[in-house]
Parts: sequence; structure tokens; C-alpha cells
Amino acid sequence: MSAATGSARPTVWRAMAGNPLRFLFSAWPWRALVYVVTGPVVGTVWLLTAILLVIVGTLLIPVGIGIALLLCVPLSAIAFAAVERRRLGLMDRRPAPSPHLGVDRADRADRPGLRSWLRLRLRETATWRELGYALLAALLSVVDLVVPFTFFVGAFVQVSAPALVGNGDQIMYGPGVTVDTPGEAWPVAVAGALMAVVAFYAVTALAGARAALARALLVRPVAEELGERLVEVRASRARLADAFEIERRRIERDLHDGAQQRLTGLIMTLGLARLDGSAGELVERAQDEARAALAELRDLVRGIHPSVLTDRGLHAAVESLAERSPVRVEVDARLPARPPEGVESAAYFVIAEALANVAKHSGASAARVTARTDGRTLVLEIRDDGSGGARVSAGSGLQGLADRVAVYDGTVRLSSPPGGPTILRVEIPCES
Amino acid sequence: MRVVIAEDSVLLREGLGQILARFDHEVVAAVEDAPGLAAAVAEHRPDIVVTDVRMPPGFRDEGLRAALALRAARPELPILVLSQYVEQSYASDLLQTGGGVGYLLKDRVGEVAEFVDALERVAAGGTVIDPEVVRRLLARRREDSPLERLTAREREVIALMAEGRSNGAIARALVVSEAAVIKHVGSIFTKLDLYQTADDHRRVLAVITQLRDAPR
Repeated sequence: MSAATGSARPTVWRAMAGNPLRFLFSAWPWRALVYVVTGPVVGTVWLLTAILLVIVGTLLIPVGIGIALLLCVPLSAIAFAAVERRRLGLMDRRPAPSPHLGVDRADRADRPGLRSWLRLRLRETATWRELGYALLAALLSVVDLVVPFTFFVGAFVQVSAPALVGNGDQIMYGPGVTVDTPGEAWPVAVAGALMAVVAFYAVTALAGARAALARALLVRPVAEELGERLVEVRASRARLADAFEIERRRIERDLHDGAQQRLTGLIMTLGLARLDGSAGELVERAQDEARAALAELRDLVRGIHPSVLTDRGLHAAVESLAERSPVRVEVDARLPARPPEGVESAAYFVIAEALANVAKHSGASAARVTARTDGRTLVLEIRDDGSGGARVSAGSGLQGLADRVAVYDGTVRLSSPPGGPTILRVEIPCES
Repeated sequence: MRVVIAEDSVLLREGLGQILARFDHEVVAAVEDAPGLAAAVAEHRPDIVVTDVRMPPGFRDEGLRAALALRAARPELPILVLSQYVEQSYASDLLQTGGGVGYLLKDRVGEVAEFVDALERVAAGGTVIDPEVVRRLLARRREDSPLERLTAREREVIALMAEGRSNGAIARALVVSEAAVIKHVGSIFTKLDLYQTADDHRRVLAVITQLRDAPR
């Protein structure tokens, strides 16, 4: 179909506003006709079903099953709406996703049985909107039938006026207005042809309006869809960060099990060699080298992922940082429960970077690190009594950590007026 | 002495075994995880346990937890904990369980004679804390802290005390007389407002606690 090519999809409205010849010979009038005419068919089937359900349901209320049948009325509207969304494809190639929850999600599998499905559906506004649409569509079925019928039958009769008149018939437009001579019949036929053209426009316009109504009431709004996609992107970002976290731990473990053990083994062996007394100064130097290498490796491994964080959590790990800091650091990071691994790790590295900055740039003599949970948010605060004026500049370590925190939807705020104090406040939501 | 070793690396397990054998200690069992350690201790009733911190199945601090559990069940069982990294909080946990504990970086084993000495001290009920732990505690800068009032020599003495050395050992390490060490120790205890005690373990505990919690 030519109308659907090109990057900007031409809508039915644009087609109607364009070249009339091109419009009349395109598929649009026929699609519109099919759309308008099938509407009452579907609508009637639904209406009869719904009426039947209401009558039988009401009669059977004393038996109990009646309630269940009445509940099937909104459910039947869901089915009706699903058919309507399929039909929408005739008029509109844009996707028409269902507005219901949990219809196209990956969590289909863990959705429990029929009862909770029912509860969910009956609570959704989408269901009731669909029921409203179904009733409205049933009413509009009359228009759907009358408009094409009037226009096309009228046009057909008028176009065939010369033939009818030739057969001796006459067309009555009302009392006293009759067409019964060929002289009168030909202009009527021309008017009939024009009417057919108008009929195509009218039916297409009706179809366009009905499709817009259906889209407005039955299709998940685009904005909502976008919002959901954003959540999805964010979730996958956090998954990626967690994957990196796992990778860091793997590297840390590989180093621990591999290089560190081997160097330790080497140091032991050299120690044994020195016991014999036969080993010279060279062995002693080799052992010193191995020891230095191991110490460097230990620092490297701690930078990748500190074991104390894995083993004992944030407080002990930050205490360990404080012990290494040249600035005196008070730590109060006891949390009632351990945050999710990725969050805990992000928190630790933010504090590590902040303390490194305090030591390097602030000129502070003391710093204080606090961590607490405020509801479901982990709140960190690193405060120093230095000279202030700190900034989160692009490419700085702090910027990188702000990015890392942002992955978990957290925020980093820095207050550092000239003269100090500098306060870094980090908040990370802890959804587990 | 009869020793049980818990260490998941074959290389280090055998290295330790060799070193202990050199000093006529008998390795009655060498296991590779925490449950194995508990079973071996129950079976062999060793004079001392040497254990790694990080072991299967979780590769976290299973060894340390096992050590603390063993101490809780048998407070007199000497345990020397070896680790690839040392943390003050681990040392404090071990110290809380009483005397006859040690906590050392693994590569200290390379100083074979010193390592075996530390092992024997722990077996005899002494306390051994890795110099790295002590160094970091002392390096924490404090103003208005009683530690700031210590002389350089007193700081050397308190570091060795925190590692679990006896007065005699401190005297040998600093090449001074034991009488001089006793004088420094007395001065340190006065300055830090600590009780003098004859019990070596309590002395380590007091000093480490003081270093950790001194007002900052």
C-alpha cells in the first residue's frame, strides 16, 4: 500500500486533505468502509453477549453463579477491546498496545492464577474504560450503519436514475418532487456521482474519527509506554553495574587464589631456604622483593574490592579506610541491615574517594563519615573541616562516583563554601 | 606440638607443613575448609590450630568464623589465624575470646623462625597481633589524645606490646635492658590511665582497645 511508505506515516486525515484523485483511487476509502461496516458486526455480537450475560446473570443471582456471570460483562469488554485494537490496524499502522498491566511483560510466568488475574483486571481503570467504549460503540453502530447506507444507496440510486427513468420508473424526493424524465435524470446521475465522492470522504472521515476514539480509549498512551521503557533502561543499567561488580569480585578472587598465594608460597620457600644457612644474601633480597610485590598486590586487590567489605559490611570497611587515612576520621556507619551488594559497594567507593580527596586537597585535620538508612534510602555524609571550595569537575574521581551512584538512582550533593566546611551527601535508594 | 592446619591452597598447606616439620611439630591433620577444621579438631584434639580466613565454600571469612566458634566451645584451644590481609576489626573479635590467639599476615610465615616463635607463644597462651594492625592503629592521627603524650621510644614500646611481646622480647627487639622496658611500660600505663596487669593477654587487649578507641 503506497500510503504507508515514507518515514512520516501518512494518516487517513492527511490522505483526505491531499489530492482528491489520489485519495479516491487509494486503498483508504475501501479500508475505511470495511472498518466502518465491520464495527456494527462486532459491536452487535458483543452487545448481544453482554445483554445475555446481564439477563441470565441477574436471574441466577439467587443461585450464586449469577454474580460470576455479571463479572463476565466487563471481561467481555476486554475481549471486545482486543478485537477493536486488531481492527484499528485497518486505519492506523501505529502499534496499538493493550493498556492492561502484565500483558506483555516478562513476569508473565510468576503471575499467579485466575483469581488474582480477575482481581487485577477488575481493579484496572483500563477495563472499565473498555466497557464504556463498548457501550459507546454499540450506540455508535447505528451511525456506522446509517452513514454509509444513506450515502451509498442514495448515490447508487441517483447514478442509476437515467436507467430507472428509461424503465418507466420514477424517483420521489418527497411530495411533488419527482424525477421521471431523461432530461431530469441526467443531472441527478451527475449529482449521484458527486454524492458517491462525498460518500467516500464522509465514510473515511467517520472511520478516522472512530479510529481516533478507539485509540484514545483502548490503547496504552505513548507517554506511559515511554515511561516504562525508561524504567527498563534504568534497570538494565543497574544490572550492568551489578555485572561489573561481580566481575570485580571475580578478579579479586582470582588474584587472591592465584598470584597472592603463589607469592606467599614463594616467600615461604625462600624463608625455608634461608633456614639452611647455605642461602646467601641474594635469597634474602629475593624474599624482600617477593614481600614488596605481595604488599603492592594486596593494595591493588583492596582497591578492586576489599574483602572486609564483603565479609563485614560498610562500617568495618570504612573503619579500615579511616585507619589508612592520614587525616583523623570518625566513622559511624553501622546500619541495621546490609544494603544490596551493588549499593553497598557504590557507597564504599564513594566514601573511599571522598576520603582520598579530603586527604589530598582539603587541608582538613578531621573528617567524619556517617551512614544511616532513612526509610529505604541509604544516606551517606562525609564532612571535613578543611578549607572548602571543592568542586565536582568533569573527569574527577568524584564525578565518576556520582555516575556510579546515579546507576542506582542515587544522588550526590556537594556543599563546599570557601572556608569550609565541605559536606558531601549521597543518597541511594535501596530497593532490593 | 600437635597441629591442625586449615588452608585451602595446597601450596601453602604443604609449605606450612614443611616448616612445622622442620621444627619438630606434628601436623596431625591438614584440611581445606571450615567444616573440615571443626571435624579435625574434634577428632585430633590438637595443641594448636593454624587457620586461613578465606576458605571454601563461600570464600569469605569462614576460617575466622570457625576460629571464633572453636574458641567459644573451647576457650583454652590456641588458635593462630593467618590471612592475606589484616583488619583491626578481625583482630578485636579474636582478642575478645581471651589469651592463646594470634592473628598474622600470611607472608610472616616467610620469617620462619619468628613465625614458629609466634606459634609457640600462642600455644603457650600468649597473644600475637600482626605489626601491620598495630602500625595502622598507631598511624591514626589524633589530637588531644593521650597517645600524643607518648615519647618516640614509648611509641615503639607500645607497638611491640600491642603485638603481644613480653617485656623481655621488647627489650631484645629494642636492644635495651628489661628494666628500661619495665620503666617505659609503667610510664605508658600512667599516661594512658590504664591498669597494669601481669596477664600478657589483658595487656594486649587493653593496649589495642586504647589504640582503637582513644578519644580523637
